[in-house]
Amino acid sequence: MTMLSPQLAGEAPRNPLLGLLGQALRNPSVLVGGFIVAAIVGMAIAAPLLGTVDPVRIDPAVRLRPPSDLAWFGTDLFGRDVYSRVVYGARSSLLVGLSVAAFATAFGVLIGLVGGYFRAVDIVVMRVMDGLMAIPTFLLAIALVSLTRASIGTVVLALTIPEIPRVVRLVRSVVLTVREEPYVEAAISVGTPTPLILLRHILPSTIAPLLVLGTYVCAQAILVEAALSFLGSGLPPEIPSWGNMISEGRTFFQVTPRLVFLPSLFLALTVLGINLLGDGLRDTLDPRIAKRM
Amino acid sequence: MNARAPIVELRNLCVPLPLGGDRRHAVDGVSLSVSQGEIVCVVGESGSGKSVTAQAIMGLLPKLFARPAGAILFDGEDLLQASTQRMRSLRGREIGMIFQEPMTALNPVHTVGAQIDEVLRAHLSRPSAERFVRVVKAMEEVGLPDPERLYHAFPHQLSGGQRQRVLIAAALILEPRLLIADEPTTALDVTTQAQILKQIRDLQRSRGMGVLFITHDIGVVAEIADRVVVMKSGKVVESGDVTRILTAPEADYTRMLIAAVPTLEAARPAEPVPGPLALTVRDIAKTYSVRSAFGGTREVTALKPTSLTLHRGETIGVIGESGSGKSTLARCITRLIEPSSGEAALLGESGGKPFRRRIQIVFQDPYRSLNPRRTVGQSIIEGPMNFGMPKAEAWNKARELMVLVGLEPAALNRYPHQFSGGQRQRISIARALAMEPEILVADEAVSALDVSVQAQVLKLIDDVQKRFDLAILFITHDLRVAAQICDRILVMHRGELVEEGSVRAVFSSPAHAYTRRLLDSIPGKRMAAAA
Repeated sequence: MTMLSPQLAGEAPRNPLLGLLGQALRNPSVLVGGFIVAAIVGMAIAAPLLGTVDPVRIDPAVRLRPPSDLAWFGTDLFGRDVYSRVVYGARSSLLVGLSVAAFATAFGVLIGLVGGYFRAVDIVVMRVMDGLMAIPTFLLAIALVSLTRASIGTVVLALTIPEIPRVVRLVRSVVLTVREEPYVEAAISVGTPTPLILLRHILPSTIAPLLVLGTYVCAQAILVEAALSFLGSGLPPEIPSWGNMISEGRTFFQVTPRLVFLPSLFLALTVLGINLLGDGLRDTLDPRIAKRM
Repeated sequence: MNARAPIVELRNLCVPLPLGGDRRHAVDGVSLSVSQGEIVCVVGESGSGKSVTAQAIMGLLPKLFARPAGAILFDGEDLLQASTQRMRSLRGREIGMIFQEPMTALNPVHTVGAQIDEVLRAHLSRPSAERFVRVVKAMEEVGLPDPERLYHAFPHQLSGGQRQRVLIAAALILEPRLLIADEPTTALDVTTQAQILKQIRDLQRSRGMGVLFITHDIGVVAEIADRVVVMKSGKVVESGDVTRILTAPEADYTRMLIAAVPTLEAARPAEPVPGPLALTVRDIAKTYSVRSAFGGTREVTALKPTSLTLHRGETIGVIGESGSGKSTLARCITRLIEPSSGEAALLGESGGKPFRRRIQIVFQDPYRSLNPRRTVGQSIIEGPMNFGMPKAEAWNKARELMVLVGLEPAALNRYPHQFSGGQRQRISIARALAMEPEILVADEAVSALDVSVQAQVLKLIDDVQKRFDLAILFITHDLRVAAQICDRILVMHRGELVEEGSVRAVFSSPAHAYTRRLLDSIPGKRMAAAA
C-alpha cells in the first residue's frame, strides 16, 4: 500500500487553540486593553512598593489638604492619603471583579455542561436559572448585607449569583451544538465515559466564548461593587475601595472634586481596559465575526 | 465541434490564489466556450478550480482572490473589464445561475414566489399583477405542482427537489441565454437528481440556451453533456465531445476519473461462503414523539420494525434515499440512539468483550468526525485506553494501524485539519480498528469523498475486512458504491425494509417498484451502455 503523508508537510504540529491566542495578540484592542489591565494588576500587586503609606491611617491634622510632595493626590476628610487609597483600592476592585468572574464561570460551566448534555436535568436547571435571572443584583446585595455583615465575601456572593445564569446559558448553547457533532458520537462509540466526553470533547469548545464573557462579567462586577459601596451596601468603609472613596468624597464634591474624580478615573480606566480586551478577544475568537474581517 | 457562435468564451483565464495557498493559481490558463443550444460540462474533483471558473464568469469571485487575468468574452464583451453596474444588469437577464445547496440559497423568511419575483423587480418595472402571472408561469414551466399555492409557501415547506426547481425558475425567468449550474444536483437524492437533470435538459432544448454545467460526477456528465471539459488543479486536462471523452479519453487523468466511477456490476461472488453469525437484529424500530404546544403528541416513525442478520466476513449494504431510515437503523444497532422496540444482539465468540468494543462505526463527514482540538493519535488511542490498555501499548498499536491504513506513523502528532478528506477517513477507520471490533458500521463512509479517493477508501475497507474477518454494515445512498463492496443488499424506503437479496439478484431483477425507480435514476447508464 502507498504511504500518504499529510498535505502540509513541514509545518510544525500546532494546537488550534494556541494558534487562535497568537492571533488574538495581534489584535490592537487586545493589546491596548491587555496593557491597561496588566498595568492596573501590576499596581494592585505592587501597592506597598509604589511610595504609598498606610491607606487607613487617619490623621485629623491634615484633613482635606491639596496635593503636595508628601501626599501626591492630597488627603481626604479624615486626613488619609488619597494616592495610597487609590492604589490600594485597585486591590479591592480587582479582587471582587476577578472572584466574581471566576466563581460565576466555574459554577456556570459545571451547571451548563451537565444541563446541556443531559436533557432531563436541563428542564429543571433552566427553570432555576430563569428564577435566578429575575433577582435584581442590587436588592440581593442590599438584602445579604443587611442580613449578615458587609464584607468582601458577601459582595462577591451577591454579585456572583445573578451572573451564573448568563454563563450557564452560554455554555449550554455551545454544548447543545457540539454534542451533536460526529466526533462526540465517535467518542461514545469507542466507550469513552460521559464525564470524560464532557471534559475532553465538549469543554474545550466553550473556552473561547467563556474567555470573552468572563471579561464582561469581571468589568460588570467591578462597576456594581463600586455602585454598592457608593450606596453603602458594599465593602465595609474601612476597606479602601474606589466605590467607598467616591461615596465619601461626594459630600465635598464642590470643594475638592478630586476626591470623587481620581478614584472615578481609575475605575473607568480599569473597566475600559477589561472591555477592550473582551471586545478584541471576541473579534478574534468568534469565527463568525473574525471571518468578516 | 460546434459551428454556432459561442455565447461565452473564456480565453486563457487565470485566477491567482492568495499567497500561502497550495498552488499559485486557482484557475490557470483555462480556455473554453459555450455556444447556443449546447450543454458544456466542466468536470473535476474538489479543488480543481471548476467553481472558481463559474464564479469568475458571474463576476462573483470572493474578495480574497486577486483580479483575474485573461478574458471572458460574453457576446464579444469582456466581462473582466465590465463595470459592477453592467455585471449586475447582465446577471439574471443574460446569465442565470443555480447553486448546489437548495437549502441555503433561498432566504427562509420570504415566500418562494417573492424570491422569484425579486429577479423581475430588480430588472424590469412592471405592475405586480403582471409579475405574479409571470412568476406562476415560470414555476409551472419547471414542473412545480399547483404554482399559485406554492407561490405563498416558505422554503422549509418544500422538498429539496422543489427548492432546486424554485431556484431554476428564478434563474430562468428572464430567459437568459446562458445558464451556469454549479453542482445543482449534488445535494439531491438520486431519483430527484434524475428529474432535475431532465428538467434542465428539457428547458435548455426548448429555449436553445447555452448551459455551463459544473459537476464532479462522470455519471451526470454522461446523462446531460454535449461537450466536456475535464479540469484538474486549475488547468484544463482535456476537452471535447461527450462520447469521445467517455469512450476514448486521451488524458490519463480522464481515464482514471472514468475508471474510478463504480459500476453497477456486482464485484463480489454471488454465493459467498458465510462465516459465523455476528449480529442478529430483531424487529428493531424507532419512533419519535413530538409534543405540540397544545399538549397533544404526534408520533413520527423513523424506522419500522426491521430484522436482519450479519455474518463475519460479510458486507451488507443498506441503501435508500435521505429520510429512508438507514442512518436511524445504523444508530439503533450501534446504540447511539435507543431503539423504541426490538433489539440488536451480537453473537459469536465475544471473549467477554463489552458491547462497545465489538461494534464500531465510521461516519460520513470526515471533517467533523475527528475532534479538531485533539491530535489524530489522541483520537485513535482514546478507545483502547478506555478499556484499560496502557498508554505506551496504545501508541504502538496506533502506529501499526496508521501503516495499515496507508498513513505515516509520524503523522500521529498532527491535528485533523492538516489532513485531506480521504486521509481523515482513513484515520477514522484506524480509530474504529483500534478497538478490534467484530462488526464495522460504515454510515455513508465514502459519500463525501472524490471518486478517485472513494475508490481507494473502498479498497482499504475491503482489505481490512479480509484481514480481520469483519462483518460490515455499509450504509449508502449510492447504488454504484454498494455494488462494489456488498454481498447482500437491503433497500429501505420511508423507514421500511422493502427488498433484500444478493447484489446480483436485486440489481438484475428488482422486485419492488421503488428499487426499480432507484436503479432507473442512476446517472450515467448511457455511459455504461456505450462502454
